[in-house]
Amino acid sequence: MISTHLPALQVIVPLMAAPLIVLLRSGRAAWLIAAAVSAASLGCALGLLARARAEGIVSYALGNWPPPWGIEYRVDAVNAFVLVLVGLIATIVVPFGRASVADEVPAEKRYLFYAMLCLCLAGLNGIAITGDAFNLFVFLEISSLSSYVLIALGRDRRALVASFQYLIMGTIGATFIVIGVGLLYLQTGTLNMADIAARIDEARETRPVLAALAFLTVGICLKLALFPLHMWLPNAYTYAPSVVTAFLAATATKVSVYVLLRFWFTIFGQSLVFERLPMPEIFLALSVLAMFVASGIAIYQRNLKRMLAYSSVGQIGYMTLGISLANVSGLTGSVVHLFNHGVTKGAMFVFAAGIAASARTVDLDRLSGLAKRMPLTCAGLVIGGFSLIGVPATAGFITKWYLVLAGLERGSLILAALPAASSLIAIAYMWRFVETVYMRDPHPGLADVKEAPLSLLIGGWLLIAICIYVGVDSAWTVEAAQRAAERLLVGVQG
Amino acid sequence: MSGGGAIALAMCLPVAGALAIVALGRWPNFREAATLATAIGLFTAVVTLVGPVLAGARPELVVLDMLPGVPLAFRVEPLGMLFALVASGLWIVNSLYSIGYMRANGEDNQTRFYCFFALSLAATVGIAFAANLATLFLFYEMLTLATYPLVTHHGTPEARQGGRVYLWILLGTSIMLLLLAVAVTWVAAGTLEFRPGGILAGRLGNAALGGLLALYMFGIGKAALMPVHRWLPAAMVAPTPVSALLHAVAVVKAGVFTVVKVIVYVFGVDAIAGLRSVDWLPTVAGFTIVAASVVALAADNLKRRLAYSTVSQLAYVVLAAALLAPLSIIGAALHIAAHAVGKITLFFAAGAIYTAAHKTQVSELDGIGRRMPWTMVAFGIGALSMIGLPPTAGFVSKWFILSGAVATEHWVAVAVIAASTLLNAGYFLPIVYRAFLRAPASGDPPHGEAPWPMVVALTLTATLTVVFFFNADLPLALARQLPLSQ
Repeated sequence: MISTHLPALQVIVPLMAAPLIVLLRSGRAAWLIAAAVSAASLGCALGLLARARAEGIVSYALGNWPPPWGIEYRVDAVNAFVLVLVGLIATIVVPFGRASVADEVPAEKRYLFYAMLCLCLAGLNGIAITGDAFNLFVFLEISSLSSYVLIALGRDRRALVASFQYLIMGTIGATFIVIGVGLLYLQTGTLNMADIAARIDEARETRPVLAALAFLTVGICLKLALFPLHMWLPNAYTYAPSVVTAFLAATATKVSVYVLLRFWFTIFGQSLVFERLPMPEIFLALSVLAMFVASGIAIYQRNLKRMLAYSSVGQIGYMTLGISLANVSGLTGSVVHLFNHGVTKGAMFVFAAGIAASARTVDLDRLSGLAKRMPLTCAGLVIGGFSLIGVPATAGFITKWYLVLAGLERGSLILAALPAASSLIAIAYMWRFVETVYMRDPHPGLADVKEAPLSLLIGGWLLIAICIYVGVDSAWTVEAAQRAAERLLVGVQG
Repeated sequence: MSGGGAIALAMCLPVAGALAIVALGRWPNFREAATLATAIGLFTAVVTLVGPVLAGARPELVVLDMLPGVPLAFRVEPLGMLFALVASGLWIVNSLYSIGYMRANGEDNQTRFYCFFALSLAATVGIAFAANLATLFLFYEMLTLATYPLVTHHGTPEARQGGRVYLWILLGTSIMLLLLAVAVTWVAAGTLEFRPGGILAGRLGNAALGGLLALYMFGIGKAALMPVHRWLPAAMVAPTPVSALLHAVAVVKAGVFTVVKVIVYVFGVDAIAGLRSVDWLPTVAGFTIVAASVVALAADNLKRRLAYSTVSQLAYVVLAAALLAPLSIIGAALHIAAHAVGKITLFFAAGAIYTAAHKTQVSELDGIGRRMPWTMVAFGIGALSMIGLPPTAGFVSKWFILSGAVATEHWVAVAVIAASTLLNAGYFLPIVYRAFLRAPASGDPPHGEAPWPMVVALTLTATLTVVFFFNADLPLALARQLPLSQ
C-alpha cells in the first residue's frame, strides 16, 4: 500500500533524486526530475494531510523499527499543513523558475543546482515530518548545507559572502540546537519527541531542561530569522539566485517557525514556556520590533529583493506575535500566516526573478517606469504587496484578522492595533515601489525591456491566484490552521 | 430574473466591462461604447431589484465563506438599493460626460481611466449590497485602491502628492480604526451580519458603545468627518469626471452610506437612542458642517470650494443619522440621493468651465454665464440644491432632517442647519451673481459651451435635481422601509 509509506516517500523521493541527477549530468533532465519530485512531494503531502485529518496522528516507524528505538515519522494537523506548503511552493517555483535558472546559473552547474534543490527539499520535508529530535537536527543540516550552496551560486560575487555569513550564523544555530537536543537526551534518555514530552514533566524545572529550552529557542530563532537574529537573511535573499530566494523565502523560515512551535508546545509544553518563564513577553517585544523596525528598514532599501527580504523579517514578526499571544486565534493566525506569507512572498520573489531576467537589474532606482514595459509582472507585485499590507480579499488579510482578534481576546485594544499599525509600514514600502514603477518616466536603461519570461509569469500569477483565493475563501486554510492550533494547545496528549 | 441573479449580474458586469475596456483599448470608440453599455447594463440590473425590494423582499446572494462564519454575501435592503440606484444611474450620465471631457482635454491613458472607473463602480455596488461588515469592508478597501489610479491620473508631482494624502488617510483610518471596530463587533456580537435592530444590543456597556461608535465614525474616512476629511480636497487633483462621480457620489456616499448602515443595522437606532456616550456625534458632525462651510467660503479654486462644500454636506448625513430620529434618518437616506444629483451637476459645470474656458478660480468667472448659459443655469440649480431651496432636491432632504431635529428638540442641530444654509448661500450665490450679472473681463478669448456630451450630461443632472423636488416618491418609499422605531 503506497499510502502507508507516504511518510517515508515524502523524504526519500527528493533525497534519492539528488544523486540520480548528479549521475545523469544533464541540466534538462535535472530540471525534469526536480519538477517531478516537487509534484510528488506535494502529492505525498496532500495524501498525508488527508490521512492526518482522518486519523489524527499518522505514525510511521522507519525501517519498521518501533519507536522509541527507531526513528518515528509523525504527522499531525500541524506538520501536514507545513508539508503541503513546502510541496506547493516547490511544485510552482521549480518547474516555472526554469527561465530564471537558465539566466542566472552557468550551464555546467545547472544539474548540480537542481541536485542541491532536491536535497534542500528533502531536508525541509524531513524537518517537518520527523518525530525524532536528533533526526530533526540531521535534516536541518541537510537543508542548511544545501541552501548555503544554492545561495553561493548567485550571479553576483557578493553571493559568496552572503552564503558564508549565513553559514556562520546557521552553524551557530545548528550547534545550539544540537546542544539543546543533547541536554534533553541527558535528562529524559530518549530522542523521540513524543517520548521526551511524556517524560519531561519529571525533570521540568531542572537546570539542564531550562538550558535546553534556551539553546533550542535561540538556535531555532537564528534559523527563522527572528529580529534581531535576522542579520544573515537580507544578504542571502538579495544575492542568491532568484529562484532560490523564492523557494527559501517561502519555505525555509516557515519550516523553522514550525520547529519552534513543535519544541515549545509539543515538547516543553505551554505551562513551562508560557507560565513559568517570561517567554511570551520577550517574544512579544521581539515580534513588535520585527514588525516595526525591520519593516521600517524595508522602506529605505534601494534593491527590490532586499526590500522584500526586510519585509519578510517583518512578516516573521506576525508569526511570532501570534505565538506569543498563545491563544487559539493567535496560533491560528501564526500557522495560517506560514501559508499565506509563503504563497505571497513566493509569488513576489518569482516576479522579482522575472524582473532580474528581463530588466537585468532589481535596483529600484533603475526600475522607474517599469510598469510600461512589464505590466503583468508589476501588477502581480502590487497584488502581492496588497497581501503584505493585509488588504481584504488577499491572504494577508486573513492573518491580520486573526492576529487582531487574538489581541482583542487578550483584552487589549493596543495588542489588537499592533498588526494593523504595522501594515501601515507595509503601505509605505509598497507605495515606494508603486510610485517608482507606475508614476516615474521610464529609465533610459529600460528602453527595450520586454515582459518577463512566460513561465515566470505563469508561476507568479498561479501563486497570486492562490493568494487571492485563500483570501476570499479561507475555509480550507483557516480550518487546517485552526486544527493545528488546537492540536498545539492541547500538547501531545490529544 | 431572480434577485440573486440580478445581484451577481450587477457585481460581474462592471468587472467584465473593465476587461472589455482593456481589450478594446486600441479602438477608442468601441472602448467608450463598452463603458456606456456596461453602465446601462449595470443600471438595468440594479433597477430590476427595485420592485422586489419595494414589495418587501430582500434579495440575497451568498458566494462563499470568506472567514469561518463570515460569508462573502450580498443582501439588498432599501438603503443599499437607493445608493446603488444613485451610483449606477449617475454613472451612465457621467460616462457621457467623461467621453466629452477626456477627449476635449486630450487626456493620456484613457483606457486605464475607463477601466478603473468601471472597477470603482463594481466596488461601489459591492458596498451598497454587502450583507455583512466583512463584505462591506472588502469592497470599501477595494474602492480606495481602485480610485487611487484615477486620483493620480496625471502622474504629475501634485497628483502623486494628492494621491499620497488620499491613500494614507483612507487606508490609514480604515486599517487602524474601522478594521478594529469590525473586530470588536465580531468579538462582542459573534456575527457581522447587518440585521434590523442591530446586532450589538445588550452586548456592550454604554461607554464601550460610545468608544466603538467613535472607531466606526472616524474609521469610515470616506464619510470625511473632521478631522479625517483632508483626503477629499486632496482628491481634487483628479480629472473632473472622477471628482464628479467618485468624489461627489460614489466614494463619499459610500462613506456616509456606511455610517447610516452601521447606525441602523449594527448598533440599532433604539439601542443607542438617548445614550450619553454617543451624544458627541451630532456635535462633531455639526462642527464639520459649519467649519467646512467656512473653509469653502474662503476658497477661490472652484473645485476646492466644491470639495469643502461636499465635506459639509456629508456631515449633514452623519448629523441626520446621529439624531437617531426616524424622520431625520429618512432625511439622511434622501440626502444621499439629493446631494448626489446636485453636487454632480456642480462638478460637471466646473469641468465644463475648465474645458471651454480653461478657468479654475472663482474670481475668473465674471460674465461667464453669458457665454455658457446652459452650464451656468445648471450650476445655479445645483447651488440652490446645496443651499436647500425649492424647487430643488436639497430642499426635500433638508426638510426631513430639520423635522427630525425639531422632533427630538435638538436645538443645536437646528441652529447648525440654519447657519449652514446661510453659509451655503454665502459661497454659492456670489458665483451665480458673478456669472450672470458682472461684465466679462476684457481680453478673455471668446468661447462657447463645452462639447455637447458634457452639456447634455449636466443638463440631465440639473433636470434630475428639479424633478427630485416634485417627485421624490421612489427614494422616499425606499427610505420609509428602513427598520426604524416609530
